[in-house]
Amino acid sequence: MSFFKVENISISFGGVKALNEIAFEVNKGEIFSIIGPNGSGKTTLFNCISGIYKPTNGKILFNESNIMGKNPHNIAKLGIARTFQNIELFPYMNTMENLMIGRHIYMKTGIFRAAFMLGRKSFAAKEESFHREKVEEIMELLDLQSFRNRFVGGLPYGVQKRIELGRALALEPKILLLDEPCAGMTSDEKEDMIFLVQDILEILGVTILLIEHDMKVVMDISNRILAINFGSPIVIGKPQVVQNHPEVLKAYLGEE
Amino acid sequence: MNMKRDYYEDINLFHSKTVIFWFAVLILFLVLYPFLFKNYYIYVANYIAINIIVATGLNILVGYTGLISLGHAGFFCLGAYGTVILMVKAHIPFLIALPLSSLFAGLFGFLIGLPALRLEGPYLSIATLAFGLTITQVVGKLDFFGGREGLHTSKLLIGNLHIDSDRDFYCLLIPITIIMIFIARNIVRTRVGRAFIAIRDAEIAAETIGVNVMLYKTLAFAISAFYTGVAGGLYAFVLRFIEPQLFSQMMSIMFLAMVVVGGIGSTFGSIAGAILLTLLDLELRNILSIPYLGKFLESLSKNFFSITGVSNIQFIVFGFIIIFIMLFEPLGMFGIWIRIKKYWKTWPF
Repeated sequence: MSFFKVENISISFGGVKALNEIAFEVNKGEIFSIIGPNGSGKTTLFNCISGIYKPTNGKILFNESNIMGKNPHNIAKLGIARTFQNIELFPYMNTMENLMIGRHIYMKTGIFRAAFMLGRKSFAAKEESFHREKVEEIMELLDLQSFRNRFVGGLPYGVQKRIELGRALALEPKILLLDEPCAGMTSDEKEDMIFLVQDILEILGVTILLIEHDMKVVMDISNRILAINFGSPIVIGKPQVVQNHPEVLKAYLGEE
Repeated sequence: MNMKRDYYEDINLFHSKTVIFWFAVLILFLVLYPFLFKNYYIYVANYIAINIIVATGLNILVGYTGLISLGHAGFFCLGAYGTVILMVKAHIPFLIALPLSSLFAGLFGFLIGLPALRLEGPYLSIATLAFGLTITQVVGKLDFFGGREGLHTSKLLIGNLHIDSDRDFYCLLIPITIIMIFIARNIVRTRVGRAFIAIRDAEIAAETIGVNVMLYKTLAFAISAFYTGVAGGLYAFVLRFIEPQLFSQMMSIMFLAMVVVGGIGSTFGSIAGAILLTLLDLELRNILSIPYLGKFLESLSKNFFSITGVSNIQFIVFGFIIIFIMLFEPLGMFGIWIRIKKYWKTWPF
């Protein structure tokens, strides 16, 4: 029984085959990386998994059930969270509220309970407090406490990346899709981020799918790697295997 | 460091004792208002209160969810006609007729919200604009709704109390307004409001974190239509007479202007915007009776423009205010308020 499995998915935009028969399997508790040159379809793959794009054929199996074709919010409810390559935070909310959105699926307050929130004994208020406490734990893990009441729009890039990661973690995901978590960071920040990702795996037991351009990072932390080019898979395997695979080298460095 | 904190404080309505104090002062003022001012100003207050309800509701849609509507006069019309017809034709008491017709307006809001899932920006505003125009046309053509002649409201009875004068109506209207504002505040500072803001700020991210965008967009439309319906039902009893021409396109634009001038995405701002624009709307109509300025404007208008220029001066002024707000303070009056607050916090530096 596989934990998470992608079976031959393809998608094309007009004449461009963005993904062509991609297939891989992810085991529980591993870091699975996806690499490839720019425009090779890595983010498209993530968009397919999180339901933003609907692949034309194939299957995406999560715990043996097909999640392909479901709406993004339903996929999120199953426990698949993601971050974005270009930060997609809610700039006019503070850090706490941004992370609280991650708790959205666990909360039950609808408009009526929200409308009649009278005092701290009411259902809505209790629920808010309860989930804020949960979010606080994540803030502690990611070291975000000092930004709790700051609007995220004005925070530094590295912090925003961490908040986005925190928002995904607040969902208590089973699978976390990280789209270039280290992009645009200094080497110190990168190191911090690597430790964080490893912490997440160990402490929270989250399976991680990772897209990253920094080969050092990828080779360091991945259990297995999928290399793709022009939407087609090249090779899946351990870092050393992928690193020395001639097709991968060709895709990155070009042919002589 | 002890990081333990009371999370209810974060979402508390009143953050400090000072706020509670000023709120108490405001309530006291509102209670004393009918005794302090003469009849016309009570009518003005009623009118303002109604516009506050609309602006608060519209702000949930425009300010928090980031959708636009140029057809809220349509929902206003539905609320007004629904309430009056239920009372006149079906003899349903006011306190049941008003929520019923507001729910009906809310239902229409939901229906209008459905195309909003696919439309954005200018396309959505055109779609809602068409709705606003259609409603008044339909209502004006049907004899059941009184056609072009309009409808008179029946007597307003609550239990055995006969609500007759503006002053009586004020006593009914202000509590309703306060409750509506309270509900709006509550909605936007909990889970539902957060989902709205999330949709406005980054729709894709909201979707992938588990917010049902379809549901919340239509919900925002329904809530704001419900608010507008409530205001419409009350408005009928301020005027005691309704006709289709009242719910013109200008009205929708006025509503939107209140939200924009007050400050997008702030309940406080919507209230301020509603007060300012309603006052201007009512007061600028009397501009011709101002001793020298009135004469001057009249001659100006007669010489260079048409005679309608002066009597519609409020729209010209609104236009200027909106343009200035857009240019210099996109957050509206709320933005100005924040700046003043910041200034005094750091004063004298």
